Amino acid sequence: MRRFVANRLVKTAAAASLFSSNKTTTTTTSSTPLLSRFLTSSPPPNPIMPSHSITLDFINPKVIECEYAVRGEIVNLAQKLQQELVDKPGSHPFDEILYCNIGNPQSLNQQPITFFREVLALCDHPAILDKSETQGLFSADSIERAWQILDQIPGRATGAYSHSQGIKGLRDTIAAGIEARDGFPADPNDLFLTDGASPAVHMMMQLLISSKNDGILCPIPQYPLYSASIALHGGTLVPYYLDEATGWGLEISELKRQLEDAKSKGVTVKALVVINPGNPTGQVLAEENQRDIVEFCKAEGLVLLADEVYQENVYVSEKKFHSFKKVSRSMGYGDKDIPLVSFQSVSKGYHGECGKRGGYMEVTGFSPEIREQIYKVASVNLCSNISGQILASLVMSPPKVGDESYESYTAEKDGILSSLARRAKTLEDAFNGLEGITCNKAEGAMYLFPRLHLPEKAIKAAESAKTAPDAFYARRLLNATGIVVVPGSGFRQVPGTWHIRCTILPPEDKIPAIVERLTEFHKGFMNEFRD
Amino acid sequence: MSTKGLDYESLNENVKNTQYAIRGELYLRALELQAQGKEIILTNVGNPHALGQKPITFPRQVVALCQAPFLMDDPNVGVLFPADAIARAKHYLSMTSGGLGAYCNGGGLLGIRKEVAEFIEKRDGYPSDPELIYLTDGASKGVMQILQTIIRGQGDGILVPVPQYPLYSAATSLFGGSLVPYYLEETANWGLDIQNLHQSVSEASAKGITVRAMVIINPGNPTGQCLSESSLKEILQFCNQENLVLLGDEVYQQNVYQEERPFISAKKVLMDMGPPMSKQVQLVSFHSVSKGYWGECGQRGGYFELTNIPPQTIDEIYKIASISLTNCTGQIFLGIMVNPPKPGDISYDGFLRESNAILGSLGKRARIMTKGFNSCRNVVCNSTEGAMYSFPQIRLPPKAVEAAKRAGKVPDVFYCLKLLEATGISTVPGSGFGQKDGVFHLRTTILAAEEDMHGIMASLKKFNDEFMEQYEDTTEAILGLNE
Repeated sequence: MRRFVANRLVKTAAAASLFSSNKTTTTTTSSTPLLSRFLTSSPPPNPIMPSHSITLDFINPKVIECEYAVRGEIVNLAQKLQQELVDKPGSHPFDEILYCNIGNPQSLNQQPITFFREVLALCDHPAILDKSETQGLFSADSIERAWQILDQIPGRATGAYSHSQGIKGLRDTIAAGIEARDGFPADPNDLFLTDGASPAVHMMMQLLISSKNDGILCPIPQYPLYSASIALHGGTLVPYYLDEATGWGLEISELKRQLEDAKSKGVTVKALVVINPGNPTGQVLAEENQRDIVEFCKAEGLVLLADEVYQENVYVSEKKFHSFKKVSRSMGYGDKDIPLVSFQSVSKGYHGECGKRGGYMEVTGFSPEIREQIYKVASVNLCSNISGQILASLVMSPPKVGDESYESYTAEKDGILSSLARRAKTLEDAFNGLEGITCNKAEGAMYLFPRLHLPEKAIKAAESAKTAPDAFYARRLLNATGIVVVPGSGFRQVPGTWHIRCTILPPEDKIPAIVERLTEFHKGFMNEFRD
Repeated sequence: MSTKGLDYESLNENVKNTQYAIRGELYLRALELQAQGKEIILTNVGNPHALGQKPITFPRQVVALCQAPFLMDDPNVGVLFPADAIARAKHYLSMTSGGLGAYCNGGGLLGIRKEVAEFIEKRDGYPSDPELIYLTDGASKGVMQILQTIIRGQGDGILVPVPQYPLYSAATSLFGGSLVPYYLEETANWGLDIQNLHQSVSEASAKGITVRAMVIINPGNPTGQCLSESSLKEILQFCNQENLVLLGDEVYQQNVYQEERPFISAKKVLMDMGPPMSKQVQLVSFHSVSKGYWGECGQRGGYFELTNIPPQTIDEIYKIASISLTNCTGQIFLGIMVNPPKPGDISYDGFLRESNAILGSLGKRARIMTKGFNSCRNVVCNSTEGAMYSFPQIRLPPKAVEAAKRAGKVPDVFYCLKLLEATGISTVPGSGFGQKDGVFHLRTTILAAEEDMHGIMASLKKFNDEFMEQYEDTTEAILGLNE
C-alpha cells in the first residue's frame, strides 16, 4: 500500500483525538500557518488525549483526509525563503523565488486581454458610459459590448444576485460560443456559471457521492482538486493509470480493468473524470480515443466529467482540441443518450484570469429531477460573482473579424499562445537534456511533468529524511535555486515512479536562467547521489 | 435515459434532503409569471440593487480602475476618476501578485485582511489578527466551509434559531449533520430564552446527538431583532457551558434602525468578559459586502474571523480555503467597505451622502412596512429593528388552512402563491425559515423603492383583507376568534 494512503488511514483513525489541545490560548501569531497535514511526506502525528472543553478540535475527518499539494509544503518553504531574501539579502544562492508550481499566469507577468478588461471595467462602473470622455479612454467595441451586457442584466444592476445558474443573457452568449466551437447546439438552460470551474466540480462530486461505496474514476496523474473533492465528499477515488511510455495515453483496457477491480471491492463507480488537455500531463487526446471513452461511459452507465479548462492551450499542430460534447454529438449520441458534464474556466487558456473566478459547467443528458437537485445546490450559494460571469461570456465570444479590437485582441492572444508553446518546448528540451530525467512533450495545458529516474542513493537519502523522493528532490531544488515545483506525489503516479510538475509560465526572459540553474543543480545532485 | 451512474435513487441523500426556499417554489413561480409578461415585484431575496438601489460610487470607481489598470496610464483618466479612487486602485493592485487576474492566496490578500483586522479593532476596541481572518466568496461560502469542518455526521447537531435564514439548515443537511432548532419568542420581540436553549441541547443529547455549534444571526434574518449586550453575554456563557462553538452571522451589522439596541459584536462582548471566557470560548464571526448600505450581492465578497480556534484546526480551514480560492474583486469591495473614504478625502462627501441616503431610506421603509402589515386584518408584525426584512405573522383562518391542504400546499405557501398571483408581489413563505407549528408567516424584504412602498402596502392590504374575508367563518369573525 502506498505510503500516503497508509498515512491517511492512520490520520482518519486518529482524527477524533488528534486535535485537542490542553492549551487555552490558541491565537497564533506566526505569519505562516503550520501545514503539517499537507503532503504525503509528513509522518503521522502522535494522538493526544482529548480535552473535554474544546469542540472544534473534533472535526470532520473528511476535511482532515483531503489533501491539496499544489499549495503545500514546498510552497510554504518557498514563501519562507522569499521573506528571508527580503530580510537578509544574500542569504541564499539565488536572489528570487521562481514559482513554477501553479498555473497562475498573471502572477508571472502575463498581461490580461485588454478588450476583456475594458468591458469588465465599464460593467463595474456603468455610470461613466454616458460620459463623452469615456470614448477617449475605451475602445468603441468594448463600450458597445458593455451596453449589450448591461442590457441583459435586470436594472443593469451588476451588484445584484443573479439567477442561480447565471445571468440568462450571458448564458445565451456562452451557448452560442459553444455552438460556434463545436458545430452542435448548446442550451443555455444546461449552463451553470460558477466561481471558477472548481466549485462546479465540487457540486458534481457532492451530487454523485453518497458514501465510500461510490467511486469516481480519475486519471493518474491527476490535478489534485479531484482527489481532494472526492475525499471531502466521502467517496472513493478509483485510479486509472495514464501510460507515460505512450505520451500519457489513455487505454480503455486500463479503464475496464480498474472498473472491474473497483466493482469486486464493492465500489459502485459513478463517473469518469477526463482532463483534456491533461493536467499535469499535458497530453491532448486523439479524437478516436475520445470516441472510445464516450462508448465506454455509455456501455458502463458512467457520467463523463470532462475537464476542458485548457481547451485553448494546444501547442502541437498534429493535435486539436475537440470537446467531448462535440465528439459525442458527432457519434450520434444526443441529450438522451449520455450524461456529460463539461467544465470550462476563465483561469487558463490565453486569458489566465485565475483571480476573477469565472467558469461554467455544461450539464447534458440528465433527467429533470436531477437537474432540479443541481439547481438547488447552486441556489444555496445564490449565484457566482457577476464579474466572473461576464468574463466567461467574453471568453466564449471574443472580438470577431471586423470589430475594432479584433486585431489587437488577436495579437495579444497569439503572442501569449506562441510564447507558451516556445516555453513548453524549451523547458521540455532542458529536462530531457538532464541525466536521469525523461520528459514527455507538453502537447497542451501549462505544465511539464518530467520523470526523475533517481539513483538508489537518492531514494535512500529521501527515506532517511522521511520524505518522498520527489519531494526530497523538489526541496533540494528549491533550496539551491529558488525554483518552486510540485512533487509528483501530489498528483499521484505509478508507484515507484517519481516526477515533478513544473509550469511553463515563468516569463520568457527568465527561462534561460531557470534552465541554467536547474541544469547546474541537477548535475550537482547527480554527482552527490549517483550510484 | 437515466443511467446507472446517475439514477435518482443513488444521488447523495444529503443533497436530496436539502431545502432552500429562498430560490424555491415561490421564486420559480414568480419567474414563470414574469416570463408571461406579468409585472413582478421580487421581495424574496435581500438583493437591494435588483430593486433599484444604486451602487455606492467610490468602490465602483476603484474596482473599474483595478480591472483595467492601463487606464491609469492615460493622461485623461483624472477626468473620469477622482484622484483618491486612482490612489486606492494602485494601493489594492500593489497587494496582488499580478492584478485581479492572479490567484489570491488561500485566506485572501493579506493587505485586505489587514484592513479588515483594523476595522474590527476600531469597531470593538480589541486587537484582531489578519492571519485569523479568511476572505470568502460571500459569507455563505464561509458558513459552508466552517460547517463542513465541524460536521462529522448525523451525530453532530447544529443549534439553529427558528426562524432562520435557511442557509444554515441547508448547509447542515448538505453535510449530513442534524439540525437542532431553538425557538425565538415572537411575543418577546423574537427574543431567545436560555432555558429553552438548554432544553434543546438536552433533548438532542437524549437522541444521541452531540450539539457542536450554535448559530446566532444578529441582526436577525428573517426576524430583524438586534441582540442586547446581556443577551449576547448569556449566549456566550451558554456556549461555554455546553462546549459549543458560536457562529455569529453579523452580515447585517450596518443595518440597524433603532437606538435602544445598537449592533455589538459577539467578539466584543466575549473580550469584555475577560479571561477565562475570552480565551476559551470558540467563536467564528461572519460579515459580507452584500448587505449594509452597500448591497453588493453580486460581487461575492465576505469574510470570517476565528477566535480561540486551535492551530491544527486553523490549518485544516486554511487547507480547505486553499483548494477553492476567492475572487479578487470581491475582496477589494470588502477592503473599501471596512476602510471607506475618510473626512478630507475627495470622495468623502459624496460617499457619506450616498450611504446616509440609503440607510435613512431603509429605516423609513422598515417602519412603513411594519405599520402597513399591522393594519392588515389578522396580521401581526414585529418591528424591523435591523436587517432587511419584515416577517409578519399571518393568522390564517381554519378554512384557509383546509383549502391549502386540499390544494396540496403548506398553508403559508398557499397564501403566498395567491398573493403573488393577485398582486405580483413575490415573497418567501415562513415555512422556508421555520416557525412554530400552526403559526404562519411570510418574509418580505424592505428593499422595494421608497416611492413604491405605499402602493405595495396598499396592494398587500387589499389582497389580505379580501383573502381573510373569503376564508373567515363569519361567526368567528364577529367573536374575534381568528386562531
